[in-house]
Amino acid sequence: MNNILKISFRNLKRNSRRTLLTASLITLGVIFVLLYTALSTSFKSYMVGQITDSVMGHIQIHKKGYIASVENLPLDRNLNQKAIEFIENQLKDNPYVESISYRIKFGGMFSNFVSSTNIRLNGVIPKDEFKTLPLLKERIKGESAKLKEGEIIVPEIIAKGMDVKKGDTIVLVANNKKGSVNGINLKVAGIAEQISGPGGRDGYIHIDDAKKVLRINEVEVSEIVIRLKDVADLKKAVKSMQAISDQRNKQDKPAFEIHTWEALSPFYNIIKMLDIMNISIQIILISIVLISILNVMIMSVYERIKEIGTISAMGTPPKTIVKLFLTEGLMLGIFGAIVGSVISVLIVFGIDAAQITYSFGRQSDLVLETSLSFTQVITVSIIVIVISLIASISPAIKASKLDPVEALRSN
Amino acid sequence: MIEAKNLKKVYKAGELDLTVIKDLSLKIGKGEFVSLIGPSGSGKSTVLNMLGCLDTPTSGDIIIGETKTNGMNKSALANFRGEHIGFIFQSFNLIPVLSVYENIEYPLIMIQDLPEEERKQRVMSLLKEVGMEDQKDKTPDKISGGQMQRVAIARALVTKPKIVFADEPTANLDSKTAHMIIELMKRIQKEHGTTFIFATHDEKIVSNVDRLITLVDGEIVNDEKVAS
Repeated sequence: MNNILKISFRNLKRNSRRTLLTASLITLGVIFVLLYTALSTSFKSYMVGQITDSVMGHIQIHKKGYIASVENLPLDRNLNQKAIEFIENQLKDNPYVESISYRIKFGGMFSNFVSSTNIRLNGVIPKDEFKTLPLLKERIKGESAKLKEGEIIVPEIIAKGMDVKKGDTIVLVANNKKGSVNGINLKVAGIAEQISGPGGRDGYIHIDDAKKVLRINEVEVSEIVIRLKDVADLKKAVKSMQAISDQRNKQDKPAFEIHTWEALSPFYNIIKMLDIMNISIQIILISIVLISILNVMIMSVYERIKEIGTISAMGTPPKTIVKLFLTEGLMLGIFGAIVGSVISVLIVFGIDAAQITYSFGRQSDLVLETSLSFTQVITVSIIVIVISLIASISPAIKASKLDPVEALRSN
Repeated sequence: MIEAKNLKKVYKAGELDLTVIKDLSLKIGKGEFVSLIGPSGSGKSTVLNMLGCLDTPTSGDIIIGETKTNGMNKSALANFRGEHIGFIFQSFNLIPVLSVYENIEYPLIMIQDLPEEERKQRVMSLLKEVGMEDQKDKTPDKISGGQMQRVAIARALVTKPKIVFADEPTANLDSKTAHMIIELMKRIQKEHGTTFIFATHDEKIVSNVDRLITLVDGEIVNDEKVAS
């Protein structure tokens, strides 16, 4: 094997410029894919983090049929005390669950005593909400991201439109589920930055204020938001909540519905698109490697027909000739994969060290962070090496099948 | 040693069948120094290729030693060539990326897979025999045509073949070098008992062989022993 490696290496060196050009092309392809992966993975986790950690949580549980009419924020589809207790019991010892938050979601009229506008609100237990959505605090402009009874966190779009600032008093008017109207005065505790996606334009009040304005005397909530210890366990966590999904109501129909953030957020499709783009770029890389190596190996066979005829005449078995050419292709692939990976890792370190900032939507000064795992580097390298081998198969077989007499006649 | 019985070789040329060898039979004994001669297109190289197991006859039998070679597949023929046959080519056909030493060693590694010590012993002995000891680390592009052919002879002999086939081995050499190469092959034939079979036009070879087989239009028209 050492001798096959030696001969293959020298054959590659024979046309060093072409070898270098091909290896550089593969190297560039590897760098391109790894950098794209590093940046897209980071962007993806940033997006997922923003969605799950500041608005939606990882999993939401509702009474069956709530999500179908969520745009109306129906109060008649709230979870009652019995349902909440059942769900609490099921989640109590669940190993995947980090924290739970309860919300009463409703729509109302927001008035600054001069004019009024519609508002969507979440009545929450602040301590639970902030624990379940750790990035929510960052969205709230104000001295302290706290919410007490008698206070409201106003969505930025309404605060601007209604010219409301922290410390102002406003009036919130809402209809309860029976249709009667009630209103309360609230003090603005903070302004919540808008975020794209469902719930990104909602305001927050204390759950007791929500019950007060809606005249709810019993224990009831619209949704239960769950934060998992590790979002990677999303599927396992949903499976572990099977008993909740299986629970039937008096009509023997499913009592509850469990949704993941993926099912609720349209951003999941963007993330899926990023994944598809990642695969597309990997396919482009595969094509680059395949075409480059195929081209070099075909040229190599074409240029060395007489030499192949000579070694074949001397008695070199066809399988040894195959090995010689496969090794050449493999060496090109390994070189491209190693050099490409090393350069990519250095660039990734460089990007992280440079602390490059960028703007995304309304957010600015976001630091461009990269995320490149050892597994990703190894995966891309293995793809390149395997494709190099595959690309060399056809020329190698062609070389091994050359008729020695014909080959020796060629110039 | 070599027996060819009723060899026929037909090439397809479009719709036409071209018969280049017509019912050729011959026997060549161990240690003979034989030359196939004849005008261009007489079939010398075709006979050489068939006897050397590089090409297969359309019909007829070839028996080398005790082995009937027709009917063998490509791999088996390659193995047989590697074990029993050596080749010397007109253009030397050394592997350009290997040194003189490595070119001679090549068949022992890639074909016979011998241990390093034995390889070294055989290669060094042949390098000495062909007078190329001091050039062993040079690549083929750094040595002359005559030196290249000496290396090619050493490579052909390193596997200790029973037969060496040489197709116009002196055609690319000047007269003096060609004479030295013929002398070298003759000496090896005498010392090792190796059978040499040439296909050539070269008078220098013709005047040195033990036997001349003349081919015309794919048929043997004369087969004579020559007093050397």
